Amino acid sequence: MVGNRASSARLWQVLGNAILIFGVLLMIMPFLYMISASFKPGSEIYTIPFQFFPENIYLGNYLLLFQQTSFIRWFENSVIVALGRTILGVILSLMAGYAFAKFDFRGRNVLFILVIATLTLPIYVILIPLYSMMVRMGWINSYSALILPFGAQAIGVFLARQYLLGVPNELLEAARIDGAGEWNIFMRIILPIAQPVTATMAILFFSAAWKDFIWPLIILNDDKMFTVSLGLPSLIGPYTQEYGAVMAGSFMGTLPILIIFLIMQRRFIEGVMAGAIKG
Amino acid sequence: MKTQPPRNAASAATPELRPQTRQTISWWDRHAHQVAPYLFLLPFFLIYGIFFLYPVVSSFILSFYKAIGLGSRTFIGIDNYVSLASDPRYRQALINTTLYTLASVFILSPLALVLALMVRSFIVPSPNLKSFYRVIYFLPNLTSFVVIALMFALIFNKDFGLLNQALASLGIPKVGWLRETTYALPSIILVAIWTFVGLNSLYFLAGLQAIPEEINEAASIDGATRWQTFWRVTIPLLRPTILFVIVQAVIFSYQLFDLPYLLTAGGPSDATLTIAMYLYVMGFTQFNLGYAAAIGYSLAVIAIVVSLIQFGLFRLWGEE
Repeated sequence: MVGNRASSARLWQVLGNAILIFGVLLMIMPFLYMISASFKPGSEIYTIPFQFFPENIYLGNYLLLFQQTSFIRWFENSVIVALGRTILGVILSLMAGYAFAKFDFRGRNVLFILVIATLTLPIYVILIPLYSMMVRMGWINSYSALILPFGAQAIGVFLARQYLLGVPNELLEAARIDGAGEWNIFMRIILPIAQPVTATMAILFFSAAWKDFIWPLIILNDDKMFTVSLGLPSLIGPYTQEYGAVMAGSFMGTLPILIIFLIMQRRFIEGVMAGAIKG
Repeated sequence: MKTQPPRNAASAATPELRPQTRQTISWWDRHAHQVAPYLFLLPFFLIYGIFFLYPVVSSFILSFYKAIGLGSRTFIGIDNYVSLASDPRYRQALINTTLYTLASVFILSPLALVLALMVRSFIVPSPNLKSFYRVIYFLPNLTSFVVIALMFALIFNKDFGLLNQALASLGIPKVGWLRETTYALPSIILVAIWTFVGLNSLYFLAGLQAIPEEINEAASIDGATRWQTFWRVTIPLLRPTILFVIVQAVIFSYQLFDLPYLLTAGGPSDATLTIAMYLYVMGFTQFNLGYAAAIGYSLAVIAIVVSLIQFGLFRLWGEE
Protein backbone atom coordinates (compact mmCIF):
# COMPACT_ATOMS: atom_id res chain seq x y z
CA MET A 1 0.00 0.00 0.00
CA VAL A 2 2.73 2.42 1.02
CA GLY A 3 4.85 1.40 -1.93
CA ASN A 4 1.89 1.86 -4.21
CA ARG A 5 1.27 5.33 -2.88
CA ALA A 6 4.94 6.29 -3.24
CA SER A 7 5.05 5.10 -6.83
CA SER A 8 1.86 6.96 -7.69
CA ALA A 9 3.40 10.11 -6.17
CA ARG A 10 6.47 9.49 -8.34
CA LEU A 11 4.23 9.23 -11.41
CA TRP A 12 2.56 12.53 -10.57
CA GLN A 13 5.97 14.12 -10.12
CA VAL A 14 7.20 13.01 -13.53
CA LEU A 15 3.96 13.99 -15.24
CA GLY A 16 3.72 17.32 -13.41
CA ASN A 17 7.29 18.32 -14.17
CA ALA A 18 6.88 17.31 -17.80
CA ILE A 19 3.95 19.74 -18.04
CA LEU A 20 5.84 22.45 -16.18
CA ILE A 21 8.92 22.05 -18.41
CA PHE A 22 6.73 22.21 -21.50
CA GLY A 23 5.38 25.49 -20.08
CA VAL A 24 8.94 26.69 -19.50
CA LEU A 25 9.70 26.08 -23.18
CA LEU A 26 6.60 28.03 -24.19
CA MET A 27 7.69 30.86 -21.88
CA ILE A 28 11.23 31.23 -23.19
CA MET A 29 10.60 30.37 -26.84
CA PRO A 30 9.47 33.88 -27.90
CA PHE A 31 12.53 35.40 -26.23
CA LEU A 32 14.89 32.96 -27.94
CA TYR A 33 13.11 33.67 -31.20
CA MET A 34 13.63 37.41 -30.68
CA ILE A 35 17.33 37.09 -29.85
CA SER A 36 17.92 34.60 -32.64
CA ALA A 37 16.15 36.74 -35.25
CA SER A 38 18.12 39.81 -34.18
CA PHE A 39 21.35 38.10 -35.29
CA LYS A 40 20.03 36.99 -38.69
CA PRO A 41 19.75 38.72 -42.05
CA GLY A 42 16.18 39.23 -43.24
CA SER A 43 16.28 36.37 -45.73
CA GLU A 44 17.19 33.93 -42.98
CA ILE A 45 14.39 35.07 -40.64
CA TYR A 46 11.84 33.97 -43.20
CA THR A 47 13.39 30.58 -43.99
CA ILE A 48 11.47 27.43 -43.20
CA PRO A 49 12.11 25.54 -41.03
CA PHE A 50 13.22 28.11 -38.50
CA GLN A 51 16.79 27.61 -37.26
CA PHE A 52 17.42 28.79 -33.73
CA PHE A 53 21.13 29.17 -34.28
CA PRO A 54 21.97 31.57 -37.12
CA GLU A 55 24.45 30.26 -39.70
CA ASN A 56 26.72 33.19 -38.91
CA ILE A 57 26.31 35.81 -36.25
CA TYR A 58 24.98 38.71 -38.33
CA LEU A 59 25.32 42.16 -36.81
CA GLY A 60 23.69 44.08 -39.65
CA ASN A 61 20.45 44.52 -37.73
CA TYR A 62 22.23 46.20 -34.86
CA LEU A 63 24.25 48.41 -37.21
CA LEU A 64 21.08 49.42 -39.03
CA LEU A 65 19.34 50.13 -35.73
CA PHE A 66 22.14 52.29 -34.36
CA GLN A 67 23.13 54.06 -37.57
CA GLN A 68 19.98 54.48 -39.62
CA THR A 69 17.29 54.90 -36.99
CA SER A 70 17.04 57.20 -33.96
CA PHE A 71 17.18 54.20 -31.63
CA ILE A 72 19.97 55.63 -29.46
CA ARG A 73 17.98 58.83 -29.06
CA TRP A 74 14.83 56.80 -28.20
CA PHE A 75 16.80 54.88 -25.62
CA GLU A 76 18.07 58.12 -24.04
CA ASN A 77 14.52 59.48 -24.00
CA SER A 78 13.23 56.33 -22.32
CA VAL A 79 15.95 56.57 -19.67
CA ILE A 80 15.20 60.25 -19.02
CA VAL A 81 11.45 59.69 -18.83
CA ALA A 82 11.66 56.56 -16.69
CA LEU A 83 14.17 58.10 -14.27
CA GLY A 84 12.22 61.36 -14.12
CA ARG A 85 8.94 59.63 -13.31
CA THR A 86 10.66 57.36 -10.81
CA ILE A 87 12.48 60.08 -8.88
CA LEU A 88 9.48 62.40 -8.79
CA GLY A 89 7.08 59.57 -7.97
CA VAL A 90 9.21 58.18 -5.14
CA ILE A 91 9.82 61.55 -3.47
CA LEU A 92 6.21 62.74 -3.64
CA SER A 93 4.90 59.35 -2.48
CA LEU A 94 7.27 59.21 0.49
CA MET A 95 6.43 62.74 1.59
CA ALA A 96 2.68 62.27 1.29
CA GLY A 97 2.82 58.73 2.70
CA TYR A 98 4.77 60.04 5.70
CA ALA A 99 2.19 62.76 6.34
CA PHE A 100 -0.67 60.23 6.19
CA ALA A 101 1.13 57.70 8.38
CA LYS A 102 2.65 59.82 11.11
CA PHE A 103 0.66 63.04 11.56
CA ASP A 104 -2.76 63.80 12.92
CA PHE A 105 -4.35 66.65 11.03
CA ARG A 106 -7.68 67.94 9.92
CA GLY A 107 -8.79 66.43 6.65
CA ARG A 108 -6.46 63.44 6.86
CA ASN A 109 -9.13 60.81 6.35
CA VAL A 110 -10.91 62.71 3.62
CA LEU A 111 -7.71 63.23 1.66
CA PHE A 112 -6.59 59.63 2.11
CA ILE A 113 -9.95 58.29 0.99
CA LEU A 114 -9.71 60.57 -2.04
CA VAL A 115 -6.36 58.96 -2.95
CA ILE A 116 -7.63 55.41 -2.39
CA ALA A 117 -10.90 56.00 -4.21
CA THR A 118 -9.12 57.22 -7.33
CA LEU A 119 -6.69 54.27 -7.36
CA THR A 120 -8.94 52.15 -9.54
CA LEU A 121 -9.78 54.81 -12.11
CA PRO A 122 -8.29 53.84 -15.46
CA ILE A 123 -5.98 56.31 -17.18
CA TYR A 124 -8.42 56.30 -20.13
CA VAL A 125 -10.81 58.44 -18.08
CA ILE A 126 -8.40 61.38 -18.08
CA LEU A 127 -6.75 60.86 -21.47
CA ILE A 128 -8.85 63.38 -23.40
CA PRO A 129 -8.70 66.39 -21.02
CA LEU A 130 -5.05 65.67 -20.20
CA TYR A 131 -4.24 65.74 -23.90
CA SER A 132 -6.14 69.02 -24.36
CA MET A 133 -4.21 70.45 -21.43
CA MET A 134 -0.88 69.42 -22.97
CA VAL A 135 -1.85 71.06 -26.26
CA ARG A 136 -2.85 74.29 -24.53
CA MET A 137 0.41 74.38 -22.57
CA GLY A 138 2.44 73.69 -25.70
CA TRP A 139 3.79 70.49 -24.17
CA ILE A 140 3.33 68.19 -27.17
CA ASN A 141 6.66 66.45 -27.82
CA SER A 142 8.12 67.49 -24.48
CA TYR A 143 9.71 65.71 -21.54
CA SER A 144 7.40 67.69 -19.23
CA ALA A 145 4.37 66.03 -20.79
CA LEU A 146 5.99 62.62 -20.57
CA ILE A 147 7.09 62.98 -16.94
CA LEU A 148 5.07 65.47 -14.88
CA PRO A 149 1.53 64.02 -15.15
CA PHE A 150 2.92 60.70 -13.88
CA GLY A 151 4.87 62.21 -10.99
CA ALA A 152 1.99 61.79 -8.55
CA GLN A 153 1.31 58.08 -8.08
CA ALA A 154 -1.56 57.24 -5.75
CA ILE A 155 -0.33 53.67 -5.45
CA GLY A 156 3.02 55.01 -4.18
CA VAL A 157 1.33 57.07 -1.48
CA PHE A 158 -0.57 53.99 -0.42
CA LEU A 159 2.56 51.79 -0.31
CA ALA A 160 4.64 54.41 1.51
CA ARG A 161 1.92 55.00 4.09
CA GLN A 162 1.48 51.29 4.77
CA TYR A 163 5.21 50.92 5.26
CA LEU A 164 5.74 54.02 7.41
CA LEU A 165 2.85 53.12 9.74
CA GLY A 166 5.34 50.65 11.19
CA VAL A 167 7.82 53.35 12.24
CA PRO A 168 7.62 53.80 16.04
CA ASN A 169 6.34 57.23 17.11
CA GLU A 170 8.86 57.33 19.97
CA LEU A 171 11.66 57.59 17.44
CA LEU A 172 10.15 60.72 15.92
CA GLU A 173 9.24 62.25 19.32
CA ALA A 174 12.79 61.70 20.56
CA ALA A 175 14.13 63.54 17.53
CA ARG A 176 11.67 66.41 18.10
CA ILE A 177 12.72 66.73 21.74
CA ASP A 178 16.32 66.90 20.54
CA GLY A 179 15.22 69.90 18.51
CA ALA A 180 15.27 68.33 15.05
CA GLY A 181 13.15 70.16 12.49
CA GLU A 182 10.35 68.35 10.67
CA TRP A 183 12.19 68.37 7.36
CA ASN A 184 15.34 67.04 9.03
CA ILE A 185 13.37 64.22 10.61
CA PHE A 186 12.05 63.29 7.18
CA MET A 187 15.48 63.41 5.56
CA ARG A 188 17.55 61.83 8.35
CA ILE A 189 15.15 59.31 9.89
CA ILE A 190 12.30 58.52 7.50
CA LEU A 191 14.24 58.25 4.24
CA PRO A 192 16.81 55.73 5.55
CA ILE A 193 14.08 53.64 7.21
CA ALA A 194 12.01 53.70 4.03
CA GLN A 195 14.68 52.15 1.83
CA PRO A 196 12.85 48.87 1.17
CA VAL A 197 9.58 50.53 0.13
CA THR A 198 11.59 53.07 -1.88
CA ALA A 199 13.16 50.22 -3.85
CA THR A 200 9.77 48.59 -4.43
CA MET A 201 8.27 51.85 -5.68
CA ALA A 202 11.30 52.70 -7.80
CA ILE A 203 11.08 49.35 -9.60
CA LEU A 204 7.34 49.68 -10.06
CA PHE A 205 7.50 53.24 -11.43
CA PHE A 206 10.58 52.64 -13.58
CA SER A 207 9.28 49.55 -15.30
CA ALA A 208 5.80 51.02 -15.77
CA ALA A 209 7.34 54.13 -17.35
CA TRP A 210 9.66 52.05 -19.52
CA LYS A 211 6.74 50.01 -20.82
CA ASP A 212 4.33 52.92 -21.26
CA PHE A 213 2.89 53.03 -24.76
CA ILE A 214 -0.41 54.87 -24.93
CA TRP A 215 0.75 58.18 -23.48
CA PRO A 216 3.82 58.56 -25.73
CA LEU A 217 1.59 57.49 -28.63
CA ILE A 218 -0.76 60.38 -27.92
CA ILE A 219 1.69 63.06 -26.90
CA LEU A 220 4.56 62.52 -29.36
CA ASN A 221 4.77 62.91 -33.11
CA ASP A 222 8.42 63.97 -33.43
CA ASP A 223 10.67 60.97 -34.05
CA LYS A 224 13.44 62.61 -32.00
CA MET A 225 11.25 62.59 -28.88
CA PHE A 226 10.08 58.98 -29.24
CA THR A 227 10.67 56.50 -26.46
CA VAL A 228 11.81 52.94 -27.22
CA SER A 229 8.23 51.68 -26.87
CA LEU A 230 6.94 54.11 -29.46
CA GLY A 231 9.97 53.95 -31.74
CA LEU A 232 10.17 50.20 -32.27
CA PRO A 233 6.70 49.69 -33.79
CA SER A 234 7.37 52.70 -36.05
CA LEU A 235 10.09 50.65 -37.77
CA ILE A 236 7.45 48.36 -39.23
CA GLY A 237 5.33 50.20 -41.71
CA PRO A 238 4.10 49.93 -45.25
CA TYR A 239 7.55 50.77 -46.63
CA THR A 240 9.87 49.11 -44.15
CA GLN A 241 9.74 45.60 -42.82
CA GLU A 242 13.01 45.49 -40.92
CA TYR A 243 12.00 42.68 -38.59
CA GLY A 244 15.63 41.88 -37.77
CA ALA A 245 16.29 45.43 -36.62
CA VAL A 246 13.01 45.50 -34.70
CA MET A 247 13.98 42.31 -32.88
CA ALA A 248 17.43 43.77 -32.16
CA GLY A 249 15.75 46.86 -30.75
CA SER A 250 13.31 44.78 -28.72
CA PHE A 251 16.23 42.89 -27.23
CA MET A 252 18.15 46.08 -26.42
CA GLY A 253 14.98 47.67 -25.09
CA THR A 254 14.42 44.78 -22.68
CA LEU A 255 17.97 44.80 -21.32
CA PRO A 256 17.63 47.64 -18.76
CA ILE A 257 14.68 45.94 -17.05
CA LEU A 258 16.39 42.55 -17.30
CA ILE A 259 19.50 43.96 -15.59
CA ILE A 260 17.46 45.47 -12.76
CA PHE A 261 15.69 42.13 -12.41
CA LEU A 262 18.97 40.20 -12.24
CA ILE A 263 20.39 42.56 -9.60
CA MET A 264 17.37 42.47 -7.30
CA GLN A 265 15.10 39.64 -8.24
CA ARG A 266 12.96 39.43 -5.11
CA ARG A 267 12.42 43.15 -4.82
CA PHE A 268 11.56 43.30 -8.51
CA ILE A 269 8.84 40.67 -8.25
CA GLU A 270 7.48 42.51 -5.20
CA GLY A 271 7.43 45.77 -7.13
CA VAL A 272 5.54 44.32 -10.09
CA MET A 273 3.07 42.55 -7.79
CA ALA A 274 2.44 45.77 -5.87
CA GLY A 275 1.67 47.48 -9.17
CA ALA A 276 -1.38 45.40 -9.80
CA ILE A 277 -3.15 46.92 -6.81
CA LYS A 278 -3.56 50.07 -8.85
CA GLY A 279 -6.02 48.32 -11.14
CA MET B 1 1.00 86.60 7.60
CA LYS B 2 3.67 84.44 9.17
CA THR B 3 4.76 86.99 11.79
CA GLN B 4 1.22 87.43 13.08
CA PRO B 5 0.39 84.70 15.61
CA PRO B 6 -3.05 83.28 14.88
CA ARG B 7 -5.62 84.06 17.54
CA ASN B 8 -6.97 80.65 18.30
CA ALA B 9 -7.71 79.28 21.74
CA ALA B 10 -4.62 77.11 22.00
CA SER B 11 -2.04 79.76 21.20
CA ALA B 12 -3.81 82.39 23.30
CA ALA B 13 -3.77 80.16 26.35
CA THR B 14 -0.17 79.02 26.27
CA PRO B 15 1.87 82.23 26.76
CA GLU B 16 0.58 82.70 30.34
CA LEU B 17 1.64 79.23 31.35
CA ARG B 18 5.05 79.35 29.71
CA PRO B 19 8.14 81.37 30.69
CA GLN B 20 8.84 84.65 28.89
CA THR B 21 11.67 83.17 26.79
CA ARG B 22 9.07 81.29 24.77
CA GLN B 23 8.10 84.59 23.15
CA THR B 24 11.38 84.65 21.21
CA ILE B 25 10.67 81.29 19.56
CA SER B 26 9.29 81.92 16.09
CA TRP B 27 5.76 81.19 14.97
CA TRP B 28 7.14 78.46 12.69
CA ASP B 29 8.87 76.60 15.53
CA ARG B 30 5.68 76.46 17.54
CA HIS B 31 3.46 75.41 14.67
CA ALA B 32 5.84 73.27 12.64
CA HIS B 33 4.21 70.08 13.80
CA GLN B 34 0.73 71.24 12.82
CA VAL B 35 1.74 72.72 9.48
CA ALA B 36 4.28 70.09 8.43
CA PRO B 37 1.81 67.43 7.25
CA TYR B 38 0.18 69.88 4.85
CA LEU B 39 3.56 70.87 3.45
CA PHE B 40 4.50 67.20 3.02
CA LEU B 41 1.24 66.59 1.16
CA LEU B 42 1.43 69.72 -0.97
CA PRO B 43 3.75 68.57 -3.80
CA PHE B 44 1.82 65.34 -4.30
CA PHE B 45 -1.61 66.94 -4.28
CA LEU B 46 -0.45 69.80 -6.48
CA ILE B 47 0.54 67.42 -9.26
CA TYR B 48 -2.27 64.96 -8.52
CA GLY B 49 -4.80 67.77 -8.56
CA ILE B 50 -3.63 69.36 -11.79
CA PHE B 51 -2.90 66.24 -13.82
CA PHE B 52 -5.37 63.73 -12.38
CA LEU B 53 -8.24 65.06 -10.28
CA TYR B 54 -8.94 68.05 -12.51
CA PRO B 55 -8.99 65.93 -15.71
CA VAL B 56 -11.25 63.38 -13.95
CA VAL B 57 -13.82 66.10 -13.32
CA SER B 58 -13.30 67.91 -16.60
CA SER B 59 -13.66 64.64 -18.52
CA PHE B 60 -16.99 64.03 -16.79
CA ILE B 61 -18.23 67.47 -17.78
CA LEU B 62 -16.87 67.07 -21.31
CA SER B 63 -18.85 63.86 -21.72
CA PHE B 64 -22.05 65.96 -21.71
CA TYR B 65 -20.86 68.17 -24.55
CA LYS B 66 -20.56 67.86 -28.26
CA ALA B 67 -16.90 68.78 -28.65
CA ILE B 68 -15.13 68.26 -31.93
CA GLY B 69 -11.44 69.14 -31.77
CA LEU B 70 -10.29 71.79 -29.34
CA GLY B 71 -12.72 74.38 -30.65
CA SER B 72 -16.43 74.86 -29.97
CA ARG B 73 -18.49 72.92 -27.44
CA THR B 74 -22.23 72.53 -27.22
CA PHE B 75 -24.03 71.14 -24.20
CA ILE B 76 -26.04 68.10 -25.29
CA GLY B 77 -26.89 66.46 -21.95
CA ILE B 78 -26.66 62.70 -21.97
CA ASP B 79 -26.73 62.44 -25.77
CA ASN B 80 -23.21 61.01 -25.94
CA TYR B 81 -24.20 58.19 -23.60
CA VAL B 82 -27.43 57.60 -25.51
CA SER B 83 -25.47 57.39 -28.76
CA LEU B 84 -23.02 54.96 -27.15
CA ALA B 85 -25.85 52.62 -26.23
CA SER B 86 -26.89 52.32 -29.88
CA ASP B 87 -23.43 52.58 -31.48
CA PRO B 88 -22.72 49.24 -33.20
CA ARG B 89 -18.94 49.76 -33.07
CA TYR B 90 -19.07 50.47 -29.35
CA ARG B 91 -21.22 47.38 -28.85
CA GLN B 92 -18.71 45.33 -30.84
CA ALA B 93 -15.86 46.72 -28.70
CA LEU B 94 -17.81 45.95 -25.54
CA ILE B 95 -18.44 42.38 -26.68
CA ASN B 96 -14.78 41.83 -27.66
CA THR B 97 -13.50 43.28 -24.41
CA THR B 98 -15.99 41.24 -22.40
CA LEU B 99 -14.95 38.03 -24.19
CA TYR B 100 -11.32 38.85 -23.42
CA THR B 101 -12.24 39.52 -19.79
CA LEU B 102 -14.16 36.24 -19.53
CA ALA B 103 -11.08 34.44 -20.83
CA SER B 104 -8.97 36.19 -18.17
CA VAL B 105 -11.35 35.10 -15.45
CA PHE B 106 -12.21 31.58 -16.59
CA ILE B 107 -9.06 30.46 -18.41
CA LEU B 108 -6.12 32.56 -17.27
CA SER B 109 -6.93 32.70 -13.55
CA PRO B 110 -7.67 28.97 -13.08
CA LEU B 111 -4.55 28.15 -15.10
CA ALA B 112 -2.50 30.38 -12.82
CA LEU B 113 -4.03 28.69 -9.76
CA VAL B 114 -3.18 25.24 -11.12
CA LEU B 115 0.36 26.41 -11.85
CA ALA B 116 0.72 27.75 -8.30
CA LEU B 117 -0.69 24.57 -6.77
CA MET B 118 1.67 22.42 -8.83
CA VAL B 119 4.75 24.46 -8.02
CA ARG B 120 3.86 24.47 -4.32
CA SER B 121 2.95 20.79 -4.09
CA PHE B 122 5.10 17.67 -3.75
CA ILE B 123 5.43 17.65 -7.54
CA VAL B 124 8.27 20.16 -7.18
CA PRO B 125 10.07 19.12 -4.00
CA SER B 126 13.27 21.10 -4.41
CA PRO B 127 13.17 24.79 -3.39
CA ASN B 128 15.63 25.62 -6.16
CA LEU B 129 13.39 24.10 -8.79
CA LYS B 130 10.42 25.95 -7.29
CA SER B 131 12.14 29.30 -7.67
CA PHE B 132 13.36 28.34 -11.15
CA TYR B 133 9.75 27.85 -12.27
CA ARG B 134 8.63 31.04 -10.55
CA VAL B 135 11.29 33.10 -12.32
CA ILE B 136 10.78 31.57 -15.76
CA TYR B 137 7.00 32.02 -15.69
CA PHE B 138 7.52 35.59 -14.50
CA LEU B 139 9.84 36.50 -17.42
CA PRO B 140 7.18 38.07 -19.68
CA ASN B 141 6.77 40.80 -17.06
CA LEU B 142 10.25 42.04 -17.87
CA THR B 143 9.14 43.18 -21.30
CA SER B 144 6.59 45.66 -22.50
CA PHE B 145 3.47 44.80 -24.40
CA VAL B 146 5.18 46.51 -27.32
CA VAL B 147 8.04 44.01 -27.38
CA ILE B 148 5.63 41.15 -26.72
CA ALA B 149 3.43 42.25 -29.62
CA LEU B 150 6.42 42.57 -31.94
CA MET B 151 7.63 39.06 -31.02
CA PHE B 152 4.22 37.49 -31.43
CA ALA B 153 3.56 39.30 -34.71
CA LEU B 154 6.41 37.21 -36.09
CA ILE B 155 5.34 34.03 -34.32
CA PHE B 156 1.77 34.36 -35.63
CA ASN B 157 2.90 35.21 -39.17
CA LYS B 158 0.98 33.07 -41.62
CA ASP B 159 3.81 32.25 -43.99
CA PHE B 160 6.95 31.86 -41.89
CA GLY B 161 5.74 32.17 -38.27
CA LEU B 162 6.86 29.69 -35.65
CA LEU B 163 3.31 28.68 -34.72
CA ASN B 164 2.28 27.64 -38.21
CA GLN B 165 5.59 25.81 -38.64
CA ALA B 166 4.98 23.87 -35.45
CA LEU B 167 1.41 23.08 -36.51
CA ALA B 168 2.56 22.08 -39.99
CA SER B 169 4.70 19.35 -38.43
CA LEU B 170 1.47 18.00 -36.93
CA GLY B 171 -0.18 18.19 -40.33
CA ILE B 172 -2.37 21.20 -39.56
CA PRO B 173 -2.71 23.66 -42.47
CA LYS B 174 -1.56 27.29 -42.23
CA VAL B 175 -3.80 29.73 -40.39
CA GLY B 176 -3.70 33.51 -40.67
CA TRP B 177 -3.90 33.94 -36.92
CA LEU B 178 -4.19 37.71 -36.79
CA ARG B 179 -5.90 38.17 -40.15
CA GLU B 180 -9.00 36.03 -39.72
CA THR B 181 -11.97 37.22 -37.68
CA THR B 182 -12.35 33.79 -36.04
CA TYR B 183 -8.79 33.58 -34.77
CA ALA B 184 -7.71 37.18 -34.13
CA LEU B 185 -9.26 37.61 -30.68
CA PRO B 186 -8.33 34.10 -29.47
CA SER B 187 -4.74 34.79 -30.62
CA ILE B 188 -4.64 37.95 -28.51
CA ILE B 189 -6.08 36.02 -25.58
CA LEU B 190 -3.31 33.44 -25.99
CA VAL B 191 -0.67 36.15 -25.84
CA ALA B 192 -2.29 37.63 -22.74
CA ILE B 193 -2.32 34.24 -21.04
CA TRP B 194 1.34 33.78 -21.92
CA THR B 195 2.08 37.22 -20.46
CA PHE B 196 0.16 37.03 -17.20
CA VAL B 197 -0.08 33.39 -16.11
CA GLY B 198 3.18 33.61 -14.14
CA LEU B 199 2.37 36.87 -12.40
CA ASN B 200 -1.10 35.69 -11.41
CA SER B 201 0.28 32.42 -10.08
CA LEU B 202 2.59 34.46 -7.84
CA TYR B 203 -0.47 36.03 -6.19
CA PHE B 204 -1.91 32.55 -5.65
CA LEU B 205 1.42 31.33 -4.27
CA ALA B 206 1.45 34.23 -1.83
CA GLY B 207 -2.12 33.36 -0.82
CA LEU B 208 -1.28 29.68 -0.39
CA GLN B 209 1.76 30.61 1.68
CA ALA B 210 -0.58 32.30 4.17
CA ILE B 211 -2.53 29.07 4.80
CA PRO B 212 -0.91 27.30 7.75
CA GLU B 213 0.37 23.81 6.95
CA GLU B 214 -1.27 22.47 10.14
CA ILE B 215 -4.75 23.04 8.69
CA ASN B 216 -4.03 20.73 5.77
CA GLU B 217 -2.45 18.20 8.12
CA ALA B 218 -5.43 18.35 10.45
CA ALA B 219 -7.75 17.74 7.50
CA SER B 220 -5.78 14.72 6.35
CA ILE B 221 -5.67 13.31 9.91
CA ASP B 222 -9.45 13.66 9.98
CA GLY B 223 -9.46 11.39 6.95
CA ALA B 224 -10.00 13.92 4.19
CA THR B 225 -8.58 13.04 0.80
CA ARG B 226 -6.33 15.50 -1.06
CA TRP B 227 -9.27 16.35 -3.32
CA GLN B 228 -11.60 17.04 -0.38
CA THR B 229 -8.93 19.08 1.40
CA PHE B 230 -8.48 21.15 -1.74
CA TRP B 231 -12.17 21.96 -2.23
CA ARG B 232 -13.23 22.17 1.42
CA VAL B 233 -10.14 23.76 3.02
CA THR B 234 -7.75 25.32 0.52
CA ILE B 235 -10.25 27.00 -1.79
CA PRO B 236 -12.36 28.60 0.98
CA LEU B 237 -9.22 29.91 2.70
CA LEU B 238 -7.91 31.18 -0.61
CA ARG B 239 -11.12 33.10 -1.31
CA PRO B 240 -9.68 36.59 -0.71
CA THR B 241 -6.78 35.89 -3.07
CA ILE B 242 -9.07 34.44 -5.72
CA LEU B 243 -11.31 37.48 -5.48
CA PHE B 244 -8.32 39.82 -5.69
CA VAL B 245 -6.90 38.10 -8.77
CA ILE B 246 -10.27 38.04 -10.52
CA VAL B 247 -11.01 41.68 -9.74
CA GLN B 248 -7.60 42.71 -11.05
CA ALA B 249 -8.14 40.57 -14.14
CA VAL B 250 -11.51 42.20 -14.83
CA ILE B 251 -10.30 45.76 -14.29
CA PHE B 252 -7.14 45.33 -16.37
CA SER B 253 -8.86 43.33 -19.08
CA TYR B 254 -11.42 46.02 -19.73
CA GLN B 255 -8.52 48.45 -20.31
CA LEU B 256 -6.89 46.30 -22.99
CA PHE B 257 -5.23 48.50 -25.60
CA ASP B 258 -1.55 47.91 -26.45
CA LEU B 259 -1.76 44.31 -27.65
CA PRO B 260 -4.63 44.57 -30.14
CA TYR B 261 -3.52 48.05 -31.25
CA LEU B 262 -0.10 46.70 -32.20
CA LEU B 263 -1.02 43.19 -33.34
CA THR B 264 -4.20 43.77 -35.32
CA ALA B 265 -5.05 47.48 -35.08
CA GLY B 266 -8.48 46.32 -33.98
CA GLY B 267 -9.10 44.33 -37.13
CA PRO B 268 -10.00 42.35 -39.07
CA SER B 269 -13.34 44.18 -39.38
CA ASP B 270 -13.37 45.23 -35.71
CA ALA B 271 -12.92 41.64 -34.47
CA THR B 272 -10.34 42.84 -31.92
CA LEU B 273 -11.57 46.38 -31.35
CA THR B 274 -11.56 47.09 -27.59
CA ILE B 275 -13.23 49.85 -25.59
CA ALA B 276 -9.94 51.63 -24.92
CA MET B 277 -9.04 51.40 -28.59
CA TYR B 278 -12.40 52.80 -29.64
CA LEU B 279 -11.78 55.69 -27.26
CA TYR B 280 -8.44 56.26 -28.96
CA VAL B 281 -10.01 56.14 -32.42
CA MET B 282 -12.81 58.52 -31.45
CA GLY B 283 -10.62 60.91 -29.49
CA PHE B 284 -7.40 60.99 -31.44
CA THR B 285 -8.23 60.18 -35.02
CA GLN B 286 -11.79 61.60 -35.27
CA PHE B 287 -11.29 64.25 -32.53
CA ASN B 288 -14.78 63.65 -31.19
CA LEU B 289 -13.62 64.54 -27.69
CA GLY B 290 -16.97 64.60 -25.89
CA TYR B 291 -17.87 61.17 -27.22
CA ALA B 292 -14.42 59.80 -26.33
CA ALA B 293 -14.79 61.20 -22.79
CA ALA B 294 -18.09 59.33 -22.48
CA ILE B 295 -16.37 56.11 -23.60
CA GLY B 296 -13.71 56.77 -20.94
CA TYR B 297 -16.39 57.10 -18.28
CA SER B 298 -18.04 53.89 -19.38
CA LEU B 299 -14.69 52.21 -18.59
CA ALA B 300 -14.54 53.98 -15.24
CA VAL B 301 -18.02 52.75 -14.34
CA ILE B 302 -16.93 49.16 -14.94
CA ALA B 303 -13.82 49.62 -12.75
CA ILE B 304 -15.85 51.30 -10.00
CA VAL B 305 -18.60 48.67 -9.99
CA VAL B 306 -16.10 45.81 -9.86
CA SER B 307 -14.14 47.51 -7.06
CA LEU B 308 -17.32 48.07 -5.06
CA ILE B 309 -18.29 44.41 -5.44
CA GLN B 310 -14.82 43.45 -4.20
CA PHE B 311 -15.08 45.87 -1.29
CA GLY B 312 -18.56 44.60 -0.41
CA LEU B 313 -17.53 40.95 -0.51
CA PHE B 314 -14.50 41.58 1.68
CA ARG B 315 -16.73 43.36 4.20
CA LEU B 316 -19.18 40.48 4.09
CA TRP B 317 -16.48 37.87 4.62
CA GLY B 318 -14.93 39.95 7.37
CA GLU B 319 -18.22 39.77 9.29
CA GLU B 320 -18.60 36.01 8.88
